[in-house]
Amino acid sequence: MDTTVANTGTEGKTWGGGNQPLKASYGKMMMWFFIVSDALTFSGFLAAYGFSRFKFIGSWPIADEVFTHVPFFHGNYPMIYVAFMTFILIMSSVTMVLAVDAGHHMNKAKVTLYMFLTIIGGLIFVGSQAWEWGTFIKGDYGAVQTNGGNILQFVDKEGHRVALRDFVVAEEKVRAEHERKNGLWFVEEATLPAYTIDEVYKGLESHPDVLVRTQIINDEGEKTVLTREESLNQIKNNGKLVVEGANLHVNEYGTSLFADFFFFITGFHGFHVFSGVVINIIIFFNVILGTYERRGSYEMVEKVGLYWHFVDLVWVFVFTFFYLV
Amino acid sequence: MAHEHKLAIFRGTVKFKSNTQKIWGVLIFLTIVTAIEVILGIYKPEFFMHTWMTPFEGGFMATLGNILFSPIIYMKPLNLIFIVLTIVKAYYITWDFMHMRDETKALRRMVVWTGVFLICYLIFILLQEGGYIESVYTNGYVKRDF
Repeated sequence: MDTTVANTGTEGKTWGGGNQPLKASYGKMMMWFFIVSDALTFSGFLAAYGFSRFKFIGSWPIADEVFTHVPFFHGNYPMIYVAFMTFILIMSSVTMVLAVDAGHHMNKAKVTLYMFLTIIGGLIFVGSQAWEWGTFIKGDYGAVQTNGGNILQFVDKEGHRVALRDFVVAEEKVRAEHERKNGLWFVEEATLPAYTIDEVYKGLESHPDVLVRTQIINDEGEKTVLTREESLNQIKNNGKLVVEGANLHVNEYGTSLFADFFFFITGFHGFHVFSGVVINIIIFFNVILGTYERRGSYEMVEKVGLYWHFVDLVWVFVFTFFYLV
Repeated sequence: MAHEHKLAIFRGTVKFKSNTQKIWGVLIFLTIVTAIEVILGIYKPEFFMHTWMTPFEGGFMATLGNILFSPIIYMKPLNLIFIVLTIVKAYYITWDFMHMRDETKALRRMVVWTGVFLICYLIFILLQEGGYIESVYTNGYVKRDF
């Protein structure tokens, strides 16, 4: 394959860098080597995720119970939206490879069209990820964290999740939130939870059909539900903090490491997608301006294509290890 | 410029007429694989939810057997299926979308073998140690439920 972009006057000169034993141009080969190193970074992250998960294998959150939302729809749809995101990314990979193919035929109009579609796909994906983060941070049902850092959630007699707002009544608060304007100007306090532990306990006492669910996974692969008596005891003796949603310190879904890794890995991948979109846009304008037409080769589209496919490749693994396994 | 593409996938069982056709063919295949994953992930068939073998006990041969059969002794078959399908997807993305199929053997091996070797090492060392720490938490008198 003749993929040389420009003649440098070194053709055939072995020690002048004019030889291409791998039959790939310098730029393309370096893109491949970058991809290898980036793949190692990502597998380092995913293996670290595996490490933490093996460490807490008996109490790790179940992904199906965490990611259940679809925009504009109410109800419980595990996996559907992530599957849609995966499909969007694979689809944009396809338009990218079609752009590369059109580039091989020096078809400027088609390269432009397919590059445009690829950018759109990338933007939809990044947008979806932002929405997913938003939903994850906002949380759904709320939970109580114990002194030992474990999460206690609430379910009804059938095992369906119960949200704090459905059985806890907020009372008049004496404790005011510390703000810069009413206290130390250099110290800030996070927003106080809507409920206190005492209110949760009272709510639990007055709703006999609400039970506490712990993090521990039982033999059926489900989270353990405590009896009524144990539930009241747990909240009374061990309950420390009301948690709604997720951040880097606590999350209502379970082990705080779960949220940390979620933010870190999907964030790092999302950043890759974002930079991929930016690079795609630059290449897109170069295509429109006819830069590659004049250069006589659309190899730049091929190189950025490699990066874009790699981002898709990583997502396939993130999808498996975060949402499926 | 002459760009030759190898147009057969599945070891030559499916042949395509043009590169564009091959791309759509691979997309259909990848979509089917993802759909299978999602359906299995939602319904979680009971058959795949429990390991098919229990660990061998006693002696050197048992240890050897546990290592050889570790994917089906220590992993739920469902998770094993997910991982295998993911690697299948990764293969077709790399080989057909990234044109690895058309590169020279040397470039292919430089990229793939290096990656596979180092990633296997990373996975082994981290999962091994994670399992060890879990056993300390479980058996080492560390109180976590309070």
